[in-house]
Amino acid sequence: MPTRASLLLCIAVCMFGLAAALTVPAGGPAWAQSVNPTAQSVKEKELLQELRKIEGRSSLPDQRTAVLEQPDGRSWRVFHQVTLRWIGTIAILGMLGVLVLFYLIRGMVRIEGGRSGRTLVRFNGFERFVHWMTAASFIVLAISGLNITFGKELLTPLIGPVAFAEWSQWAKYAHNYLSFPFTLGVVLIFLMWIAWNFPSVTDFKWLAQGGGIVGSKHPPARRFNAGQKVIYWVVVLGGGAAAVTGYLLMFPFYATAVGGFTVGTTNIAAVQLAQMIHGIVGLLFIAIMLAHIYIGTIGMQGAFEAMGKGEVDVNWARQHHSLWLDKEVKKGRVSGGGTPAPAE
Amino acid sequence: MARMKFLCDADRCIECNACVTACKNEHDVPWGINRRRVVTINDGKPGERSVSMACMHCTDAPCAAVCPVNCFYTTADGVVLHSKDLCIGCGYCFYACPFGAPQYPRVGNFGSRGKMDKCTFCAGGPEADLTPAEYGSRDSGRFTGYGSNRLAEGKLPLCAEMCSTKSLLAGDGEIIAKIFQERVVRRGYSSGAWGWQTAYRERIES
Repeated sequence: MPTRASLLLCIAVCMFGLAAALTVPAGGPAWAQSVNPTAQSVKEKELLQELRKIEGRSSLPDQRTAVLEQPDGRSWRVFHQVTLRWIGTIAILGMLGVLVLFYLIRGMVRIEGGRSGRTLVRFNGFERFVHWMTAASFIVLAISGLNITFGKELLTPLIGPVAFAEWSQWAKYAHNYLSFPFTLGVVLIFLMWIAWNFPSVTDFKWLAQGGGIVGSKHPPARRFNAGQKVIYWVVVLGGGAAAVTGYLLMFPFYATAVGGFTVGTTNIAAVQLAQMIHGIVGLLFIAIMLAHIYIGTIGMQGAFEAMGKGEVDVNWARQHHSLWLDKEVKKGRVSGGGTPAPAE
Repeated sequence: MARMKFLCDADRCIECNACVTACKNEHDVPWGINRRRVVTINDGKPGERSVSMACMHCTDAPCAAVCPVNCFYTTADGVVLHSKDLCIGCGYCFYACPFGAPQYPRVGNFGSRGKMDKCTFCAGGPEADLTPAEYGSRDSGRFTGYGSNRLAEGKLPLCAEMCSTKSLLAGDGEIIAKIFQERVVRRGYSSGAWGWQTAYRERIES
C-alpha cells in the first residue's frame, strides 16, 4: 500500500511538473518581457544614417582595422573615375587646343630687328642644372601620373593587360623615386629665384599692356616678368602641394606629432583627401606647364637659349626684359664689345 | 550559378575570433596581415554587437573600378578576385574599399605597399586550381599566392565553417539571406545584415 500511494504521488508530481513546464513557454516569464535585446542593440542602418562610417574596437594590434565600414570610399571612387578624369581632360586638351589656336594666329614671336650678335648671361650653370633636374623629373612624374588616371583606358587596348601592368609597375617606381629630385628642385627654385619674384607695380603695368606674347607691345619688365612670376609661384606652390600630398600617399597612416600638430594621415578620409588634392594639382600643373613649354620653345624666338646655353641675345633681352637689360649693361655684363644701342 | 556572399549575424557573434584564426591558418597569412577581423561596436555598453568582417565581394566592386591596372575580376560565383601578377601596389583599392579589406603584406620601395592581398572567399586566384602556384609560398617573406581554394574542392569558406555560433554565414546569397530571415522571425529581433546595403545594395528587412 505505501508503495502504491508513493507511486501515485510521484505520478501526480510529474504531471503537475509537466503541466507547469508546458504552461510557462506559452505565457512567457515576466523577465523575458523586460529584457528585449532589440531595444538596446546597435543597428547598422541607424549607425550608417547617423555617421558616415562605423567604427568599433578591434583586438588586433593594428587599430585601423577597427573601422568596420566607410561607405565614403564610394564617393572617392566617383571622384577618381569621373570627376578627376573630366578635370584632366578639360585642362590638358583645353590647353593644347588654346596653344594650337594661338600658334596658328600669332605664330612664333620673333626678335624685333633680328639678333644683335651680342649676348649676356641670363641663367648660370647652377640655375640651369636645377631647372632641368626639376623639368626632367616633372616630365616622368607627369607621364607616370597620367598613366594611373588614364592609362587603363588608353594604353591597355594597345599593349594588352600584362604589358600594361609591367609598364605601370615601373612607372610607379619612377614616380616614387623621382619625387625626390623633383622636390629638391622645387625647394631650390623657391630659394634661388625668390628675390626676383615678388609682385611689383611693374607687373601690373605689364599685365595691363598685355605683356609677353599676348600683346604686340613689349612693356618694360625686370629679370622676371609677371607671366614668369606666375609660373614661378605655380611651381613653388603647386609643386609644394603635390610633394606634400604625394609623400602622404607614399607613407599612408604615418602620423607624427610636430609642435602640437599631428603631421601625416591618421585615417582613410585624410588619405582620400590627399589623393584628391594630388590628382587635381597634378593635372592642372601639367596643363600650365604645357603653356610654359610652348613659350620656351616654338612660341618665342630666342627664349630657349636662356635655359639652353644660358645666354640670350641683347635684342631679345631689350624686347622682353628691358629693365633687367639696363641693369646688366650698367654692370658691364654684355659680351660682344661696344656699348649697346640705347633702349627704344 | 550561385552568387556567393558573406553574412554576419551580429546578434550571434561572440567575438571568439575563431574565424580570424581559421583564415590565417588555412591560407598561411603572414604576421600582421588580416584578411578577416572582428570589430565590436559599442564595446562594453549595453547592446554591444560584434561583427566579423572581410572582403564582402561587392556587386560592382569599387576596388575593381578604381584599380589603375584592372587586376580584379569577378568569378562566375560572384567572388571578387585579383591577380598579384598585375597588381602594382598603388593602394587605390584600399582608399575605395568600404570594408578595409585590401592588405599589403609585401613591402614595396620605401617600406610602403607591395602587392595587395585580400580575402578570396577561399576561392584561390587566377592560377590553375589547387596548384602550389595558386597557394603560393612565404619563402623570403613574400606572400606570393592566394591561399587554399576550398571552393574548387566543393567546400565553403573556412571562417564560416568554423564559426562556433553559426553567426558567420557564407554561401549563395539567397540561401544565407533566407536562413538569416528565418532566425530573425523566430527570435524577433535583428541588428541588420551588416554591410549588405553598402556591398550589394540590398537590405534584409526584418
